[in-house]
Amino acid sequence: MLNLDLVNQLKAKFGDIISEPTEFRGEITVKLADAEKIVEVCECAKTKLGFDYLVDISSIDNYGEDPRWTMVYHLRNFTNGAELRIKTNVSEEKSELPTVLSVWATSNWHEREIYDMMGIRFSGHPDLRRILMWEGYPYFPLRKDFPLAGKPTNVPDVAFTRVTPMEGGPFVTLPSSNDAITREPRVRVPEGAEPGLSDKQLAKK
Amino acid sequence: MQTQSEIGYNSKIEGDVVITRIDAALAWFQKNSVWPMPMGLACCGIELMAVGASRFDISRFGSEVMRFSPRQSDCMIVAGTVTYKMAGFVKRIYDQMPSPKWVIAMGACASTGGMYRSYAVLQGVDNIIPVDVYISGCPPRPEAVLDALIKIQNQIGKEPILSKINVVAQFAGSSKS
Repeated sequence: MLNLDLVNQLKAKFGDIISEPTEFRGEITVKLADAEKIVEVCECAKTKLGFDYLVDISSIDNYGEDPRWTMVYHLRNFTNGAELRIKTNVSEEKSELPTVLSVWATSNWHEREIYDMMGIRFSGHPDLRRILMWEGYPYFPLRKDFPLAGKPTNVPDVAFTRVTPMEGGPFVTLPSSNDAITREPRVRVPEGAEPGLSDKQLAKK
Repeated sequence: MQTQSEIGYNSKIEGDVVITRIDAALAWFQKNSVWPMPMGLACCGIELMAVGASRFDISRFGSEVMRFSPRQSDCMIVAGTVTYKMAGFVKRIYDQMPSPKWVIAMGACASTGGMYRSYAVLQGVDNIIPVDVYISGCPPRPEAVLDALIKIQNQIGKEPILSKINVVAQFAGSSKS
């Protein structure tokens, strides 16, 4: 198979730091043991194997586990349609890995987004600013230990945030043939709590 | 050379006389030329464009002059999700509008944050600026926007504009001295 051939070429060059490829629904994933080598691996994937398009970079927060961060690089070869996913782990203490900007210029904004939302830094990135939140915002909102309702902040003359009233949410429509009030409740009682208590009453308890 | 000029009121041309108070006349002028500041921030902005287009035609109510400069507008229509990042700019644009001014919060997001119960979204634009009329809907129908505009017009019609201008003038005078 085409994808596996390409991965085996990668493995032949880098040896043990590239894991055995795993296949799921026709998609190939390899794990890279050393995040510091990501630039060399990506360079090889682009120049030797023809992965000329970086589809996306994403990050996973394995909260409570070590290492905490998993970076996921999605690559695509426009010539033959092959796709490859490279995963690599980064520890929370380090929270930093090299930028692949020298390989694909598009990684600039992907990496800025990851820095903004997760707080993982990219060494060698020329413009590592927040891309969605504003400069001075003190938190990284996509981390698992950050509440959906947010935290109060204030950067004078830039922006403030407040805690959002969740009223028992986030709300998800319940599949049933009941009426709209049952399917889409305005207030949801958390599991294990007594019904009919507001958030404030729950907080007092 | 003699010219014959008619000075005064010609009832044959001008019709009958209408007597009113200056306040009422000013309010009547003002309410029929509300110039909106279209603060289109999300999908409600698309509906706001529909209000301006031929099918619904906001110009029937004298508000077709959408001004993208706050200096030239009376009524800010906040159409869409106000994120915290945008909130400062919305406030600043509102502050730049000359008084008297009005605000319509169009749609669920501008009114309450809507479905965005999230760290990133301001829970209602009334947290930062005073809102005169709220429109429900996600997004609201263009008719609902016209209804809100008519409500604003009725409100303007009742406002004693002269005394309001005096208050503003006094305030401006006191801040200078």
